[in-house]
Amino acid sequence: MDIVIENLTKKYGNQKAVDNISLKVATGEILGFLGPNGAGKTTTMKIITNFIAADEGKVYIGGKSLTENPYEIKKHIGYLSENNPLYQDMPVIDFLNFCASIQGIENSHIPGRVAEMIKTTGLNREKHKKIGELSKGYQQRVGLAQAIIHNPEILILDEPTSGLDPNQIAEIRKLIRELGREKTVILSTHILPEVEATCDRIFIINKGKIVADGTAETLRKQAQGSDIIRVKIEDGEPDQIFKSLQSLKSVLMVEFTDRKLNRFNIHCSTVEVKREIFRLCVNKNWVLTELTPFETKLEDIFRDLTMN
Amino acid sequence: MMKIIWIITKRELNSFFDSLIAFIMIILFLGFSGFFTWISGSDIFMVGQASLRSFFSIAYWTLFFFIPALTMRLIAEEKKSGTIEMLLTKAVTDRQVILGKYIATLLLIIIALCFTLPYVITISRIGNLDFGETICGYLALILMSAAYTSIGLFSSSITNNQIVAFLMALFIGLFFHIIFEVIAGGMKGILGQAVNSLAVSVHFESLTRGVVDSKDLIYFGSIIFMGLFLAEVSLSKRNAFNE
Repeated sequence: MDIVIENLTKKYGNQKAVDNISLKVATGEILGFLGPNGAGKTTTMKIITNFIAADEGKVYIGGKSLTENPYEIKKHIGYLSENNPLYQDMPVIDFLNFCASIQGIENSHIPGRVAEMIKTTGLNREKHKKIGELSKGYQQRVGLAQAIIHNPEILILDEPTSGLDPNQIAEIRKLIRELGREKTVILSTHILPEVEATCDRIFIINKGKIVADGTAETLRKQAQGSDIIRVKIEDGEPDQIFKSLQSLKSVLMVEFTDRKLNRFNIHCSTVEVKREIFRLCVNKNWVLTELTPFETKLEDIFRDLTMN
Repeated sequence: MMKIIWIITKRELNSFFDSLIAFIMIILFLGFSGFFTWISGSDIFMVGQASLRSFFSIAYWTLFFFIPALTMRLIAEEKKSGTIEMLLTKAVTDRQVILGKYIATLLLIIIALCFTLPYVITISRIGNLDFGETICGYLALILMSAAYTSIGLFSSSITNNQIVAFLMALFIGLFFHIIFEVIAGGMKGILGQAVNSLAVSVHFESLTRGVVDSKDLIYFGSIIFMGLFLAEVSLSKRNAFNE
């Protein structure tokens, strides 16, 4: 099932939490939903899951309008909301039984399905404990289990790895990746490496508006404009090396990053520059000890797009 | 449709019993009504008739105070903790949630009333009990409880604070319980009659006398419907009242 959002707007009082957002998520795609706090991520997710209604705009899921068939569509959505609210006084297994039956799973299939979820999320030792007695990480697993228990075609996850330890984060990411093979996933997070590790596409919003949409690679290209290569050359006079590098044909600009160690950042127009640098060093009898393409960090792109 | 309502009802009932609210409610209800029915004041022995009327008039007041205490958490608590979002984004409608919670509370009250059946057996042994009247009396208690439960559910749906929900339910209930009757006492003619017919006591007494009048059924039915309807409207507005 795909998700199509058209011109979505939602106001709280005079403030626009979501401002004319349009978005398409294809079946089997994992979309990373980024934005600073208060950018409108959670509001958008609440609208997609039909918890709150939009003021303007439409949401189509699997080609059907959400406002016209909410009940039908909700069956296909699994949702883990921001603070992961759960019934604290219910034992894990009772809670999952309740979720399974309310999502319309046939009674005969419920025990098997619940057992499977407990196994997938590693809750076997905690299954008879009350949810309120579990640590945050385990509660997060229960939250994830209730979201996927009915095998939904669409998964909406609002900060799924918050409160987990690094091992659990790795496990959950792996699980999301696996689920994302057949399901459509929208995942919001503040942790940028997480997006690179799990998502096919990145969608950044700021103050309710779209500021970027594309793969991590295309966003980088847009942000940098040119390729940057980091080099370290030994056995030569820094200034001489600097001048020689600058005279190369495809080099746009050279900057010192460390004068003592002879490190440079080279902005260049083509990848041909690597060969030129190598030949230059051979000719002058310098030693090239480092040559790495430099990638702008997603953090920087994020800051560029959302600060101002 | 019915299945989903029943699933929600079962969870709510379990939660009443797990949190001990149900046991406390049953024990207090039996304690109060038992004390005043059998031991103190104008009790059954004072009346000198094989009738449960004194129990019905005690329960008329105890239920009035107990029901808001039961209904206050129903929606307000879920709004506060955020679980309402988890619940409503599942394959359920707002109406199913409202009805599920409503039926659970009403069932708990009916269970509490069932524990007073020994009263009926005892009195029927002592003298000649009018069973028709007794059944009507229980019907009156159930209908009144159903009306106050729906008012309580509505009160719980407009806030995320349980104390506010409790006081609001008592406040609205107070109008039906005594205020309308008092106001009507000072008025004459058709207007007085109209206001008087809004009072619960009028319909409650006519039922406990053993007469089932369609007017009374329509009266309680309307309160139940209005309460549930407004609760659903308020729930569908989500956070409109709290922001």
